[in-house]
Amino acid sequence: MSVLLEARNVVKAYGHTPVLRGIDLSIDEGQVVALVGASGSGKSTLLRCLSLLEPVSDGQVFLDGEDITDPSARTDRVRSKFGVVFQAFNLFPHLTVMQNITLAPRRVHGRSRVQAEARGRELLERIGLGGRGSDYPDRLSGGQQQRVAIVRAIAVEPRVLILDEVTSALDPTLVAGVLALVRELAGQGRTIVMATHELGFARQVADRLCVLGEGTIIEQGPPAQVLGEPRDARTRAFLGQVADSGRL
Amino acid sequence: MTPDADVTGGWRLEPSPVEVARRAVRERRRRQSILTAAVSTTAFVLIVGFAVSSAPGWDRVSATFFSVSVAWDVLPVVAQGLWLNIRVLALAIIFVPAIGLGVALLRTLRGPVFLPLRLFAIAYVDIFRGLPLLLMLYLIGFGVPALRLEGFTPSAFWLGTVAVTITYSSYVSEVFRAGIESIHPSQRLAARSLGLSYPATMRRVILPQAVRNVTPALLNDLVALQKDVGLISILGLYDAIRRAQIEVAASFNFTPYVVAGLLFVALSVPTGRLADAVNLRAARRQQASVA
Repeated sequence: MSVLLEARNVVKAYGHTPVLRGIDLSIDEGQVVALVGASGSGKSTLLRCLSLLEPVSDGQVFLDGEDITDPSARTDRVRSKFGVVFQAFNLFPHLTVMQNITLAPRRVHGRSRVQAEARGRELLERIGLGGRGSDYPDRLSGGQQQRVAIVRAIAVEPRVLILDEVTSALDPTLVAGVLALVRELAGQGRTIVMATHELGFARQVADRLCVLGEGTIIEQGPPAQVLGEPRDARTRAFLGQVADSGRL
Repeated sequence: MTPDADVTGGWRLEPSPVEVARRAVRERRRRQSILTAAVSTTAFVLIVGFAVSSAPGWDRVSATFFSVSVAWDVLPVVAQGLWLNIRVLALAIIFVPAIGLGVALLRTLRGPVFLPLRLFAIAYVDIFRGLPLLLMLYLIGFGVPALRLEGFTPSAFWLGTVAVTITYSSYVSEVFRAGIESIHPSQRLAARSLGLSYPATMRRVILPQAVRNVTPALLNDLVALQKDVGLISILGLYDAIRRAQIEVAASFNFTPYVVAGLLFVALSVPTGRLADAVNLRAARRQQASVA
């Protein structure tokens, strides 16, 4: 398998506040990588830097071997290769579910309306929202909205799917449906980078677990190993906190 | 060259060669775009300037509209007139937001008891927003004195101020109402759930957010108000426009109008910049509190 996405010494600082202090991360095609760590450890910032939603302060990000942080990179075109799902869904409230899903395929990727909607219906069908295409997002539950957001992200067949704590804003009863969809996508061989607090889920789905702390990757490896026999004291401390909250 | 924290716990960052090269590219691009902007602006000014100044009537126009000596002569007189406009403006700035907000609040009242107040607010907006300001000035400026009320003989200055205030209050009340309605009902619920009364909810929770949302629109109305106070000249007041008119009539040179116009523009530009600054600061503060 070849390297699809690579971060080299990625640094991100807001003013004089460092958030990422030099991240090196290499992700192969088809790999599912989970980022875990306490709040404020830089998971979301890293995801945004990888997908060019934030400019890096230093370091480089490569997609398919191309330096996408180079000033000559065409950022809009690069971003269209990422599918990003946000914690708060970020569906467009003034567009229907179907319009949310077909916006990028039609306006960025030049699909016809008929084509885009056919694909949209197929995807909605798969997440059990077949009849809801003409509804506005406000009419859906949080779990349904998040599944629509995921479908919106994959409707353009992105090279990399970025999931930023996609279940954190959801009711526990709605989490399962969203996780099932993510599991299905992971099973299709998609490349996924996700920040998550669901360690149990990460253990099942991820090929690799990266523990972030203080803006660096303090430990990474197969989930079973990182969760089972953590080497770093900070990882153990973090896992202890999570265990106390009953999420493991 | 790896970044690391120094002993004080602060953050020291030596940029890597890659980052240095990136910054150089960005800097080069920035310079290029400034250069492009300078070249295109110069070209534009030259072309327009040449087109206008080569027009057959340009010498005439420049002498009658842009005579520097005339402008210099009438500037004190017109500026003195502008002082009157500024006084009207100052009064309007005090009363317009107060009345506008009051009318907007009346309109948001719920419940059958308040129906008359609500109807009053709706009628106020419908009538005074629709009436041309010029007509308002005629109606109030000449109509009220014609009533010959005993012991009530307001000057044209006050009548003009009242007319401007009534009209602009109707605009501003709609802006405030839009702002109030832009606040999600969940904010109201949250405030009421804490036991805040309706007025307290409005004052402490809804209005601060509402006003922030509509600040650009309010400041836009302020700029419009700044120039519309010039209309009071039709009541015979010696404001900037009226004085310019007199000067024009005496000399058949139109430069005084240009002078008055420039003074009004000069008055409105700072307001526009202030609006930008206020909005920027509010946006920054909100973002900072998120991060």
